[in-house]
Amino acid sequence: MNDMTLNRVAYYPGCALEGSGHAYDRSTRAVAKELGLDLVEVENWNCCGAMEVKNVDPKLQTYLSSRVMAIASEDMGFDKVMAPCNGCYHNLKKAEYDLTHDAENVAVTECLSRKAGHPTYKAGNIETIHALDWIKDAIGEDGIRQRIKKSLSGLKIANYYGCMYTRPRHIFPEKDQGPGSESTSQPHFMDDILEAAGADIVEYPLKTACCGGAHTLSDSDTSTKLVVNLLRAAEASGATVIATECPTCHSGLEMHQIRAETNFDIKTDVKILYFTQLLGLALGLKPRKLGIHENISDSHDLLKEAGLI
Amino acid sequence: MRSLDDIETRIEHLGGAKDAAAAVSELVQLGEEVLEHWLAAHNAAPSDETREGFRLLALHRQGAKGVPSFNACRETCRELVYHYNLITGDPTHEETSQRLRLAALVANHLYLFVRGKLEVAELGEFCCSSRPIRAKPDEPQDMQPVEQQGG
Repeated sequence: MNDMTLNRVAYYPGCALEGSGHAYDRSTRAVAKELGLDLVEVENWNCCGAMEVKNVDPKLQTYLSSRVMAIASEDMGFDKVMAPCNGCYHNLKKAEYDLTHDAENVAVTECLSRKAGHPTYKAGNIETIHALDWIKDAIGEDGIRQRIKKSLSGLKIANYYGCMYTRPRHIFPEKDQGPGSESTSQPHFMDDILEAAGADIVEYPLKTACCGGAHTLSDSDTSTKLVVNLLRAAEASGATVIATECPTCHSGLEMHQIRAETNFDIKTDVKILYFTQLLGLALGLKPRKLGIHENISDSHDLLKEAGLI
Repeated sequence: MRSLDDIETRIEHLGGAKDAAAAVSELVQLGEEVLEHWLAAHNAAPSDETREGFRLLALHRQGAKGVPSFNACRETCRELVYHYNLITGDPTHEETSQRLRLAALVANHLYLFVRGKLEVAELGEFCCSSRPIRAKPDEPQDMQPVEQQGG
């Protein structure tokens, strides 16, 4: 049964989707429109605290994430906020957890919210969901099958979830709840969605393995080696495409694929696309609407061969 | 215990070995040695116990005590065990050589992650354990041999 309450949700794109992950934002909005789902952008949203703020003061990061949720729930009246970026999703989920379990964090958040002059986050009033949860629960596999105009049957896809979608486990209490719920050890929502769109999903043993993403600038060689191994494993699994659901993973895979070739003379051919771009193609949307031309990984020939463009 | 460089070379070699059952057994052993390096670097005596029948999983659990970000390679260890079971359970299966190739890539990922984390301890801190880089450890590191327990 599809969850009708998800037909209209608060949308928190986050900073990455305005920059390096713009194609993810574009394809998410295009897919939503095509599926008849209403995304209402959170008013006057701010950074979730991402990585940098956490290092200055973790409680400040919790506050920043709470502000996004407070505006969405208390000002805009939503009980669900959808964040497609794994980093944003992770940080909002962590804020949900911290503000339910840590009185000191609650006190700091209340104090800062009062000073800033916006409503205070109230635990339980709003839940953060990922784009995968949203499509899976609002439309479901059957709903996707009914809407497919161009099957992804010509594509062999390895789904890469990265780390922040499932770790640390304790901040995702809704996962690992049996049939129908997402798994933190073997996530499958992206597999389910793209399989319903006709793709041939390969068994990919490194779907949550580390890509060295946070160290991509400070320790580039480690990141490149980890990414090369992810790319090689995808190819060894038979994949021609890696589907992503995180702008940091996506950019890391794309950039280190090139870096591996230029710095280490290691060439891999697997293409990298956001799952929303793949779903959008299956729904019959034009590649430009999905931002496929914005990707660094050039998938044009592959998609043309598969009859998708 | 072989050096990390030797382990890397050996993993690469084993991906195309003829005797898949022997090769995947050695890959699991190499995975154990990688984790022994991690434990040795933290002045801990590697456990000889097993978890779910595998010393590899017990060593990972031991290595992750007090270091939540080390769980970034938890599923990698479990995938290596899964591929070991696939190959040794049916060594004549038509996909055995493919499975061995993947097992070698999984073992290589474990090696790359642990080696990376030995060089830069914060690898995985930001994301997998959601901890600030300059945070003090929550608990003193305890890497004593693991007890058999669920969960």
